[in-house]
Amino acid sequence: MTTMHLDIVSAEEEIFSGSVKNIVAAAMMGEVGIHPKHTPMITPLKPGEIKVITEDGEEHFIFVSGGVLEVQPDIVTVLADTAIRGEDLDEAKAAESKKRAEEALADKNDKIDAAKALAELAQATAQLKMIENLRKKSK
Amino acid sequence: MSGGKEIKGQISSIKNTQKITKAMEMVAASKMKKAQGRMSAARPYAKMIKNVVGHLANAHPEYKHPFLVQRDSVKRVGLIIISTDRGLCGGLNTNLFKQALKKINEWKKNSIEVDVCAIGSKAERFFKRLDVNLVAQVSHLGDSPEINDVIGSIKIMLDNYIEGNIDELHLAENKFINTMSQEPGVTHLIPTEPSQEDERSHHWDYIYEPDSKSVIDNLLVRYVESLVYRGIVENVACEMSARMVAMKSASDNASNLIDELQLIYNKARQASITQELSEIVAGAAAV
Repeated sequence: MTTMHLDIVSAEEEIFSGSVKNIVAAAMMGEVGIHPKHTPMITPLKPGEIKVITEDGEEHFIFVSGGVLEVQPDIVTVLADTAIRGEDLDEAKAAESKKRAEEALADKNDKIDAAKALAELAQATAQLKMIENLRKKSK
Repeated sequence: MSGGKEIKGQISSIKNTQKITKAMEMVAASKMKKAQGRMSAARPYAKMIKNVVGHLANAHPEYKHPFLVQRDSVKRVGLIIISTDRGLCGGLNTNLFKQALKKINEWKKNSIEVDVCAIGSKAERFFKRLDVNLVAQVSHLGDSPEINDVIGSIKIMLDNYIEGNIDELHLAENKFINTMSQEPGVTHLIPTEPSQEDERSHHWDYIYEPDSKSVIDNLLVRYVESLVYRGIVENVACEMSARMVAMKSASDNASNLIDELQLIYNKARQASITQELSEIVAGAAAV
């Protein structure tokens, strides 16, 4: 029985790596079963389970919330998403990030920070002076 | 005895500071270990997606994604800059900003404008004071950043690129070399330079489902995201190790200062005892 190498990775961690006999995954256009020596294929995945049958016949189920499946004759790679994706969701996130940038630009002169920094500086200078004085006195 | 009490107070306040810096050093050390773990956990994904994108570049002939095409004239570039949220980590951010500024000035000399996306509150504060166009911003990602948090700001930059507002995208980040050294640098993200590696002898192509355009779009967006995410994770590791080193040297400086002050205090005490003694002796002699 031939086997192929399967890697399932997400941006945050490696989920699975090893030799397998068969994989069943929920691709964008429907379920696909991959056996060794499959012709090269690449497709997005829907959120769902990936069924993996390992070399010694064990079944594993791995949940992914979407991703990309790449098939080469002897190597299969699943790039799993950890984030729930969607055009609208991504759009909302983009808008939020933009808003933050605008807000940050709006209060250009954050006086509180400057005042605080000045106060700290004055304090530090005073302390340094005191140490200097002490040194001189003791000599 | 002159100044004795003040010196004592000074010593105890420095001791307190030293306690804080020591604690911060230890916290940073343990966080650094975790951050390094996350860095190596994120590595397989980056490697795999790079492989797949490399395969793609060699495979498909009919659809060229804009991320893979060099543009003739560059009028405006995007820069994603990754900084920390908190300070007290030595020159980590400053060195990075210096590098980024050098690059920005270079671009400005060639009359290329710059759009900045700031990740981390230090970058935000730094760049809003400058005369640059801050288009996206995200901060407070914490010690274990998630890719979820940065999708939005990357999307803004990628959309700008696709719409033609910017012609190149760069990433300014700290590279983790080892605990003692981090190296700031600006790297080119998109358009990606075509890889010169293994030229395949026979022509082949993938089966794309549902079609090549949507698959490639999907994949390349993830590719850029993974690169930026890797940069962020690496930056956390850099931050922690830089902070550990900075706090260690602060603790060392504090002990030097304490030693010095202790000496001064002892001298002052000795002087006052001698003076008291001589006063007593002089008094006794006078009787």
